[in-house]
Amino acid sequence: MNVEIATIKTAVETALAQAFAEVQPRLPGDRAVAAQRAAAFDVFAKEGLPHRRVEDWKYTDLRALMRDLKPLAALPDAAAKTRAKAAGALLGDVEARRLTFVDGAFVAELSDLSDLEQGLTVGSLADALSGGDPALATHLGKLAPAGDVAVALNTAFMGDGAVIRIAPGATIERPLHLLFVASEKPAAIFVRSLVVVEPGARAMLIESHEGPAAGDYQVNAAVELFVGDGAHVDHVKIIGEGADALHVSTLAAAIGARARFNAFTFTAGGAVVRNQLFLKFDGEGTVAGIRGATLIKGRQHADTTLVANHIARECQSREVFKSVLDGEAHGVFQGRIIVRPHAQKTDAKMMTQALLLSEQAEADNKPELEIFADDVQCGHGATAGALDDELKFYLMARGIPATEAEALLIQAFLGEAIEGIEHAGLREALMDSVAAWLKARGGR
Amino acid sequence: MPLLEVKNLHVEIDGKEILKGLDLTVNTGEVHAIMGPNGSGKSTLAYLLAGKEEYRPTAGEVRFDGQNLFAMEPDARAASGLFLAFQYPLEIPGVATMTFLRTALNAQRKKRGDAELSTPEFIKKVRDVAGKLGIDQEMLRRAVNVGFSGGEKKRNEILQMALLEPRLAVLDETDSGLDIDALKIVADGVNRLRSANRAFVVITHYQRLLNYIVPDVVHVLSHGRIVKTGGKELALELEARGYAQYQEEAVA
Repeated sequence: MNVEIATIKTAVETALAQAFAEVQPRLPGDRAVAAQRAAAFDVFAKEGLPHRRVEDWKYTDLRALMRDLKPLAALPDAAAKTRAKAAGALLGDVEARRLTFVDGAFVAELSDLSDLEQGLTVGSLADALSGGDPALATHLGKLAPAGDVAVALNTAFMGDGAVIRIAPGATIERPLHLLFVASEKPAAIFVRSLVVVEPGARAMLIESHEGPAAGDYQVNAAVELFVGDGAHVDHVKIIGEGADALHVSTLAAAIGARARFNAFTFTAGGAVVRNQLFLKFDGEGTVAGIRGATLIKGRQHADTTLVANHIARECQSREVFKSVLDGEAHGVFQGRIIVRPHAQKTDAKMMTQALLLSEQAEADNKPELEIFADDVQCGHGATAGALDDELKFYLMARGIPATEAEALLIQAFLGEAIEGIEHAGLREALMDSVAAWLKARGGR
Repeated sequence: MPLLEVKNLHVEIDGKEILKGLDLTVNTGEVHAIMGPNGSGKSTLAYLLAGKEEYRPTAGEVRFDGQNLFAMEPDARAASGLFLAFQYPLEIPGVATMTFLRTALNAQRKKRGDAELSTPEFIKKVRDVAGKLGIDQEMLRRAVNVGFSGGEKKRNEILQMALLEPRLAVLDETDSGLDIDALKIVADGVNRLRSANRAFVVITHYQRLLNYIVPDVVHVLSHGRIVKTGGKELALELEARGYAQYQEEAVA
């Protein structure tokens, strides 16, 4: 294998190259997969880690933010599995079918594989790769943008993850919960999942990421999601990583015709978070709601980067992203809506709002519209500002103390995004998380 | 001891003196009307009493139930029984009216050392109060004042007042923008709450409201000072003759 290492410069980049050379022979998959990995690694080898002069990574300089490479995650031991039993509290009382991954590895004994609904197939990527699942050849790597370095690294190192298929017309009432837990060990975790929802099927997918509060780990998680014609899919991602974690995750989805698709990301954890959404509206007449709420403080950095690519006509998408930034936190939102020449009658509206709770917090908003069709309704808006003093005074004049008044206003602000989640229990669980965050924040 | 005692109050906003030595004494059980032309300082007085941040006194003092009002945050003033019905009630998207009312009522109770109301107790209380005021329950299901008409917003202020049962309610031009039916609802709400243990300061530009809320004392505010005090007949005289004579007196 001829790996071009000409542009690799930093210690982390060198460490990644060494790690890949070392682990490559042991990674699961046939020769086609090995070739896929090698091609992906080449992308990284040529580009290096993304840095601020790469436009799409302008605000999240991974080369500077990723100070070292943790050892590649090993299979979890019994102690790590035991601790993982307590994970998932973020979801509150939401009843879901849980699939647990510890340090990226699927743990069957912590997963609920009993009484699978008709039409639901669940497995692990490691098994699928080792067993030569033919679905992989047709789907794996087909949606995630090959040129994105984070995705490329994920493809090169992917070891395990979920492989889920929902048969045509099947309605899976119980949400599927992919629970990703990091153990106490410092580790670099690469996890890749593939979800195929066939035409007319209905499913809800919850993806949550957490780890020990003081855990020193790095996560690169990617999900490729195929939504068939007439399907109805909700995807909710909860990023609740430990305070020192580096988290890069990608959702790459292709949505068919006359489908309903909702995506929501809740970001509260992690030291550095990059959340990428690459959405392709491939079939006409689809209605989509893409939303997110970010709640960060201290020196946390959270970047949401969205590309909504309207290829087919008459799709409607609503993008609403809200962030609350306290301390010296840095929130980034980059949203690009692309309307291709044939995507006439596209109706796409994007709104992004940042609420700054301190003078030192920073919000960067970069909304973009690229429109190549002439009969469309598209728009975007962006705001950033402090809490409204007039509203706060009105609440205080009714006897509500300052801290509680602020909490009410912050909850209301994020609530406008969270209320877009169709699952009532999940809405409540997230509002509870917001309330807990506000309680921990306390008074000024 | 008077419930509210304002002495030689001076207030500047953006370097401009708005109140220029205002004196006012309100006893429990009384209803005072403060009338005056636009720009006389009526709303400044209202905001200052409620504790709005930009409204800081440069001289004088205000005692509420014997306590120095300026040493208290707005929420503490409210909890000790001061209520301001806003001239322009604010819309708070995303905050449900019921959540707002319950948070306010329980925060005040907590501060006073009373037990907080449970959800069923609270709902019963709101329904009772809204029923007596003829307020549609549907209004309670919306976000605070969002999409409310001007009249609905003012009624919501009266509902809050009735629920919070203040010892002193200051109504800042609550009559402005109201049609006669809405005005009657507002006045009725105030009249129901009139008692020997409570006082009102009704700030208004027009005499019309005072046909329905009959005051014990009427003050004329002009150029930042109370320039005349009298009985309810003073309001009628103002209606007939206007404010011109007082504006001249104040300047002179």
